[in-house]
Parts: sequence; structure tokens; C-alpha cells
Amino acid sequence: MLAKRIIPCLDIRDGKTVKGINFENVIDVGDPVELGAKYARDGADELVYLDITATHEGRKLFADLVRRISEHLNIPFTVGGGIDRVEDADLLLSAGADKVSINSSAVRNPALVDRIAGGFGKQFVVVAIDAQWKDDRWTVYINGGRIPTDKELFSWAREVQERGAGEILFTSMNHDGTKNGFACDALRELSQQLTIPVIASGGAGKKEHFVEVFEHGMADAALAASIFHYNEISVPELKDYLRKNNITIR
Amino acid sequence: MKVAIIKYNAGNIRSVDHALKRLGVEALVTDDPETILKADRVIFPGVGEATSTMAYLKERELDTLLKGLSCPVLGICLGQQLMCSWSEEGDTPCIGIFDQPVRHFPTDVLKVPHMGWNSLDRVNGELIPRELSGSYVYFVHSYYVPVCEETVAESSYILPFSAAMQRDNFYATQFHPEKSGDPGELILKQFLKL
Repeated sequence: MLAKRIIPCLDIRDGKTVKGINFENVIDVGDPVELGAKYARDGADELVYLDITATHEGRKLFADLVRRISEHLNIPFTVGGGIDRVEDADLLLSAGADKVSINSSAVRNPALVDRIAGGFGKQFVVVAIDAQWKDDRWTVYINGGRIPTDKELFSWAREVQERGAGEILFTSMNHDGTKNGFACDALRELSQQLTIPVIASGGAGKKEHFVEVFEHGMADAALAASIFHYNEISVPELKDYLRKNNITIR
Repeated sequence: MKVAIIKYNAGNIRSVDHALKRLGVEALVTDDPETILKADRVIFPGVGEATSTMAYLKERELDTLLKGLSCPVLGICLGQQLMCSWSEEGDTPCIGIFDQPVRHFPTDVLKVPHMGWNSLDRVNGELIPRELSGSYVYFVHSYYVPVCEETVAESSYILPFSAAMQRDNFYATQFHPEKSGDPGELILKQFLKL
């Protein structure tokens, strides 16, 4: 049976991991390759590396980093942040990325989804959507949740699926950072409306939240950052817990 | 040992190269017939689309070259599918090493693509060590080869399908051993030992 996926997300600035505490057996938590390899050893199913660098220099470091990650990691990984053109995606593919995640650039230029999927395959394109529940509606935001758009979560997700997205990574801005659990109702609705996999993001705080997001939220994968980086929950203990709760896990 | 990875117009080929490097093997990523013919092992990797990839191979006559190879050959993902006789993807005639069709998953049951980690069942043949029966490996695909006489491992998604195949010196996996953690590394090692 297909297993539910657990995906730690690492924020990268100027080629270094932004968050993270000192784990045992990790020499430099600032080194995204070391930290990624630690998560892979722990049983993470995939990794997401998000480049939050704003400078040109930082972008170049990121492409070099993607090559190093691909050389060292034996599980799939997605890279995102600042992918505005097909050429950006091409560069990351050549460096060895398995998937790219696009967010604001897809909203500004929806044809980018068609072009990247057409050029490199649907499986290569993850469309990340940040949305906030406000006034009885899930409004899509861009620029890291700073700018609201006229798009609505479900219709936008269906549109990018039509355009060739291989997966949707949905972050609920209402839940992100709260550690009170994922946006399970919205995720369930999303999963029922789409034919492609959905990755849940935002709100993970306890192991129970992952059971909820896979059962009630019908998510195919769950992503989290701080609970893993600050070692509040380790990947092996989370997977043990999920197995005990009859969730199919690798 | 000379390992050739067949280069074509799509997909993350780099990751196969990197996986072999982790096993201490320097491979050549090439579409040059001479280099491929001289290799001790040939890997036909890929993610991509059937019609355009077959057109690329035919243009360079790599389809007939592949079929005639006598060294161990490993097709991965789209590679396995193109080693069959026909694909529903774009109604494409393929290389025909395995006399089997490639079908699209029904879309009204579960999500397609089949993406993520799934377990290997009914493992036999030379490519996959028996102790990996039940192990999880990484898949990303919308098309599949039905279970057939060449099947040497099965997985199940919507229906049972060929996770790995073998005929003579031709081996293939629908999953990505280069992305399948430790079990994937064991399978690549085994391929280099065949």
C-alpha cells in the first residue's frame, strides 16, 4: 500500500540552514546537506529546501547547494523559492532536484505551471499555495503571506491541476505557527476536489495532529519545520506513533 | 567497470549518476552509440513523456541499439515502460524488449500519479535481493505495466502492477532505486554485480 509521507522542510539563506538546533551526530546544523542526510537516516520520506535568499549571490549559492544535496541524498527532494522562469527550474533540474515548488510566481504568471510541466513533466511541479480563512473564504496570498490576491484556494488549486501541477502544497496561514494542528477540514475538501496528491503544511505541534491530517484531512503527505528542527518530535518517534495508529508508513 | 547512462531529452538523469557515485562508480552520461556499445552496464533512466522520448531515441537509432545489447541493461521508470512494446501514453510504439503493453492507471479510484513510497511484493529473479521483499521504494508514475511473465516484483496501487521486470540480460524497475534510500542502493549494487 502507498505510504503517507513525512516531509521536513528546511529554510535556506545564503546556502545555510536558517533554523535548527544541535542534533547528535550532525557536525554542522548550518550545513543543509548534513541536516538533510540526518533526516534521511531518521526515515524522512522526502525533503523540501526553501531558498529564502533575496540576493543574486545567494541564489547562485543555492544552485550549488542543490547539486551537493543531490550528490549526497538518497531520497527525493523538492526545492523552492524565487523560481520565476522556466530557466530557473531547468537550472535546478540539471543540478539534480527532483521537484520544484512554485508559489507567488505561479499566481503572477499561471502559464509558468504549464510551461514547467510541459517541459519537464508534471511530477516535477509542486504548486505551493498559502491561503487564509477570512470572511467565509480561503483567500490566496503571495510574497510569503504578505499580499492578498483575488484568488480562492479551491478554484486556484483546480486551475493549477488543470495546468499540469503534479502536487499541491497547501499552507493554512491561520494554522501556521500555532502548533494547534493542521487545517483538516480545508485539506479534506481540497483532497476531494483534486485528483493529484495534497501535502499538508502549517500547524503541526503534536503527533496526534499527523493522525488527524492523514485520517480526517485525507492528506497524502504532511510537512513540518520547527517541530523537527527543534527536536520537539523526532521523525522516528512520529513514525512509530503513526504505525501504532494504523497509518501506513514506510 | 564502464557504466553508461543513456542521456535523453528529459528527466532527472543526474540523480542516477550521483547514486552510482555514492557506490564508488563513475558513470558516463551519453547518447553516443560507440560509448554505449563498449559499456559493461547500461542504465536507461528517466522521467519524461513516452512519445517525445521514443522520437529522440529513434532519431539516434538508440532503440535498435538498446534492444541488441548483450550486457546487463537496467531501465528505470519511463525506461521500463519504453522497454515494453507499446504505451497508452500518446499511443506510442516502444522498443519491444518486453512484449507487454503500458497502461494508464484508472483515474476514478485513487489519486494519479502514484507518487511516494510503496512496498515490494512477490520478489523473485536476480535483480532484487529476497530480503527486500516488503521494503518500501519510491515511485512516481501515471502509467504502469500489468503483472506478466516478466514481472519479478509487484506493487499494488489501485491494482497490482509490475514493480520490476526481467528478460534475459534486460532488467527494469518502475520505481526509482536512485531515490529509494538503502533498499535502492542495495538494488543498484546488485545490478552492478550481475
